[in-house]
Amino acid sequence: MASNGSLDSAIPEGELSEKWTKYKSKAKLINPANKRKYKIIVVGSGLAGGSAAATLSELGYQVKCFCYQDSPRRAHSIAAQGGINAAKNYQNDGDSVYRLFYDTIKGGDFRSREANVHRLAEVSVNIIDQCVAQGVPFAREYGGLLDNRSFGGAQVSRTFYARGQTGQQLLIGAYQALEKEIDKGGVEMFCRTEMLDLVVVDGHAKGIVVRDLKTGEITSHAADCVLLATGGYGNVFFLSTNAMGCNVMAAFRAHKRGAYMANPCYTQIHPTCIPVSGDYQSKLTLMSESLRNDGRIWVPKSAETAKKIREGQLTAADVAEEDRDYYLERKYPSFGNLAPRDISSRSAKEACDEGRGVAKTGLGVFLDFSDAIERLGEDTIRARYGNLFQMYEKITGDNPYKTPMMIYPAVHYTMGGLWVDYNLMSNVAGLHVLGEANFSDHGANRLGASALMQGLADGYFVIPATLPNYLAEVEPGSVTVDAPEFAEAEKAVRERIDKLLSIKGNKTVDSFHRELGLLMWDKCGMARNKEGLEEALRRLPEIRKDFWENVRIPGSGEGVNMELEKAGRVADFIDFAEVMLHDALDRGESCGGHFREEHQFTKDDEAVKSGYTNEGEAKRRDDEFCYVSAWEYKGPGEKPVLHKEELEFENVELAVRSYK
Amino acid sequence: MNALGQSLLNFWRSSIGKKLIVAVTGIILVGFLLAHMAGNLLIFQGRESMNDYAYFLHHFLHGVGIWLFRIVLLGAFILHIVTTIALVRQNRGARSEKYACEATVKASLSSKIMIWSGLTVLGFVIFHIFHFTIRVDPDLAGMKDPGDPSRHDVYGMVIAGFQNPLVVLFYIIAVTLLCSHLRHGIASLFQTLGLRSEKTRVAIQYAGIAIAIILWLGFLSIPTLITFGAIEDNGEAGKHSSTTFVIDPPKC
Amino acid sequence: MNLTLKVWRQAHADDTGSIETYPAENIPEEASFLEMLDIVNERIIEDGGDPIHFDHDCREGICGMCSLTINGVPHSKETGITTCQVHMRKFRDGDTIWVEPFRARAFPIVKDLITDRSAFDRIVAAGGYISVRTGAAPDANATPVPKIDADAAFDAAACIGCGACVAACKNASAMLFVGAKATHLNKLPQGEPEKDKRVLGMVRQMDAEGFGNCTNQYECEGVCPKEISADVIAKLNRDYAAAAGREAVE
Repeated sequence: MASNGSLDSAIPEGELSEKWTKYKSKAKLINPANKRKYKIIVVGSGLAGGSAAATLSELGYQVKCFCYQDSPRRAHSIAAQGGINAAKNYQNDGDSVYRLFYDTIKGGDFRSREANVHRLAEVSVNIIDQCVAQGVPFAREYGGLLDNRSFGGAQVSRTFYARGQTGQQLLIGAYQALEKEIDKGGVEMFCRTEMLDLVVVDGHAKGIVVRDLKTGEITSHAADCVLLATGGYGNVFFLSTNAMGCNVMAAFRAHKRGAYMANPCYTQIHPTCIPVSGDYQSKLTLMSESLRNDGRIWVPKSAETAKKIREGQLTAADVAEEDRDYYLERKYPSFGNLAPRDISSRSAKEACDEGRGVAKTGLGVFLDFSDAIERLGEDTIRARYGNLFQMYEKITGDNPYKTPMMIYPAVHYTMGGLWVDYNLMSNVAGLHVLGEANFSDHGANRLGASALMQGLADGYFVIPATLPNYLAEVEPGSVTVDAPEFAEAEKAVRERIDKLLSIKGNKTVDSFHRELGLLMWDKCGMARNKEGLEEALRRLPEIRKDFWENVRIPGSGEGVNMELEKAGRVADFIDFAEVMLHDALDRGESCGGHFREEHQFTKDDEAVKSGYTNEGEAKRRDDEFCYVSAWEYKGPGEKPVLHKEELEFENVELAVRSYK
Repeated sequence: MNALGQSLLNFWRSSIGKKLIVAVTGIILVGFLLAHMAGNLLIFQGRESMNDYAYFLHHFLHGVGIWLFRIVLLGAFILHIVTTIALVRQNRGARSEKYACEATVKASLSSKIMIWSGLTVLGFVIFHIFHFTIRVDPDLAGMKDPGDPSRHDVYGMVIAGFQNPLVVLFYIIAVTLLCSHLRHGIASLFQTLGLRSEKTRVAIQYAGIAIAIILWLGFLSIPTLITFGAIEDNGEAGKHSSTTFVIDPPKC
Repeated sequence: MNLTLKVWRQAHADDTGSIETYPAENIPEEASFLEMLDIVNERIIEDGGDPIHFDHDCREGICGMCSLTINGVPHSKETGITTCQVHMRKFRDGDTIWVEPFRARAFPIVKDLITDRSAFDRIVAAGGYISVRTGAAPDANATPVPKIDADAAFDAAACIGCGACVAACKNASAMLFVGAKATHLNKLPQGEPEKDKRVLGMVRQMDAEGFGNCTNQYECEGVCPKEISADVIAKLNRDYAAAAGREAVE
């Protein structure tokens, strides 16, 4: 076994390309008669949770699946627009498992585990087979075969897509599989049910405490293991592209019960969102990155012209070609508008910081389709992006066929999450974490069309193969809800709810969430520095104190109480933000979605002089920070303790990431 | 119950099964209406054509034909009504609470009043049968064809029957509602039978409207023209017109 | 802008419920409809009241959670959008807006504007899937699917399961939802083997849930945020007739 400091990542021995195959051939098995004795709890019903619950039930386990939405089909995986990567090489353009692996490692700025990423690339091909068999209506060519397109950060066309609704179609596939298993009795589904605590018995995750969001009833559920597939924590910023209900509660409850939180500072800012228009705004809307295939991003060369556009004196059409700065094409000629997300986002921020932003607020750049429309015709563009253009028009009132879209980066995905080993098991035995909720595959930055791939890889193919490794070691049904740990957890949950309800202060939950979000966006957003992070760490305890003294939650714990639900989530976001800030402060380098202003290339750097990269690009410090930060919870307001999992790269050479 | 019986029961119990019954019986009824209208229009050819046609109807297949025809028609009619009422009851139950603010975005007026137009037509059909088929009025029942007193004078009966303005009014209202019923019903039966698609959608819509208009004009032309005196019963025996009714009445 | 809201309030499933009036003052025109309700709710909470409860999640028109009947029309009279995509610029200053839940016996009200649409899940569980065990699938390109079929399947698969079709139908019929799911799967060669079982199972469940039947008014099509055509209902009818026929004789 490869050693990784104090944390055992359980990476199998052997050649990178053979690890997964060998692992599977040697993995423990559970015979069919015994499988049905095992109970498995799955929290979350998105791509990872839904596919895991369905597949585990098909294998014969007894599954209980929980989601806060009114149906498993509503999980936020549904909102992914662009596509899903797979190393099928159907286009014969030189793709391979290794290339997908390498692109993902490089895209993640060399901060992810080689073995996990290679497995992801291997499994990617099976995912497409599985989804097509389920009836996912991927785009096809006239010959009836599957179509592909290229996506940010890749030079091959390996992205499978279903118009702009790929996430929806994949989720519906998983949802249908899940409903099939519900009908057969293999899965018991609990909708509108929120996990409020993890129950750990003798060091093993053995159950959860949940609240029925319809009745307010608090109940315990015991099982032989617990799978969390609860998504990311982007809503710590209040404004993000996440759904309103997305939250970190389940993961954070697990963190409080001992699970390490890994790399929480890695947050992905998506470059193509609709700019913020006012302070009433509740969420940000993403426009698929696929728009960058045909759209050209630009701002005026001069700040004065930009000012006139902001004030409505000029329109985009008034700016002559030579006065436009297609800054991505200029800075990254080989990738151009398809440069990876972190780079595109930061470039937009730079342009706006220079006063060249074009939206009313100053925070927005043009995404222009006029060249593409001229080249391909409006019909082709409509066929490719019709629904996205329509969505844009509905929200902004502008017609993107006539005037360029305006976009600005927004928080979109979080690469960090609960620490897991190769088996997707956290440091708490029996607690497995899947999809966006874990930290494992994307390093410091995720490539486009890889989130769907990872969610489904974890759920359909990885966890069914790795879970028996843990289950074979435990006696099925050894812990029931009669264990005192359940009563203790239930009591803590009730006390917390009672406390929240008893405050009866004068500020709404949303006002705290907004305050927290602004602080995090400001100090721990697209660019971070030591001073700002320290300031945020000083302000957080004040927000927490204010929250617990002045929040106002009407109603009671019985029946539906959406303010109470939100309050619990915001309280955990506040505590979570602290871990995130500590992580961002600790990581004294810039990599992927974590940009520390202190660490960027300057004109004195050799790489800039040689023309390999540009001034202002993120500067990794591999000698000091080539590790996964796994944080251990130490109590409310206490600084968490850092555990490091050193990352070893045996198959790729750590290089300065250049997309020039 | 055997498997076939169970399948048929399932079919009857299902909403789509009942809808299919409504559609198929609807086709029969529309077919009848077209034939009925065509027959009625013979009145414009004069007494003989009309009475020849009536005579034929009553005597083809030695008089059995009309009863076979009536049984099928009555069966379709009853099934159409019974099934529709079952569906309406189910539908009313499915939406127990009304909106405080009601609005529609594309439902046609005809579609909204289907049950009322249908029930009015039912009332009219009963009246119509008593009026012209059973002929409860002895004056109408006793009319004899002046050219062949052995047979009933349908031509004269129709003209006499429409002398009462109330009858004409009821007839106009009922036929108008019937055509409203058909405007929605004909297009609907294509949908229920699964024949509506992107390509056929518009054609079906217009076919429904066209058939409804043709029937409306055809049926209403008769009482209207009688009321305005364009068709009169002058008591003369009918003369064969150039387009004589093609099937000669059997000689017996 | 200043508006008056007439909102359905119902404390819990067994409460009778009634329409209450709320002022919505100083609402920015750029706000979405749900953001307008957020603003109203913040004021209600600050005044010590119970906020208006409504379902919502992604707020970008894809999750299918938001479900308001606005001025008598599910997702408002604007076509091709969900409630969360309705923007206040579409209303006029001084307007009175009626906000009601999606009404159907099969969608019982949970609280205020929140309804229980789990009947849809049970319909899908009754056949709205293709049975394929994970790992048992052949290569994705092994079965070519004509583009025209793939596109038609996609058009139907665009359904987000919001239930607007049911809410708009005077019969609370779920035919557009069921037709969309059946068309999506029946159009594809992968869905062929289970076609009859699927259609019979889903229709049986749809009837058992207490949905009404289709009287071809196409209100559903008019309010569907994904603009799914009522042609899918025709196809469902056809597939059902064929399936019922085969069930009876085979």
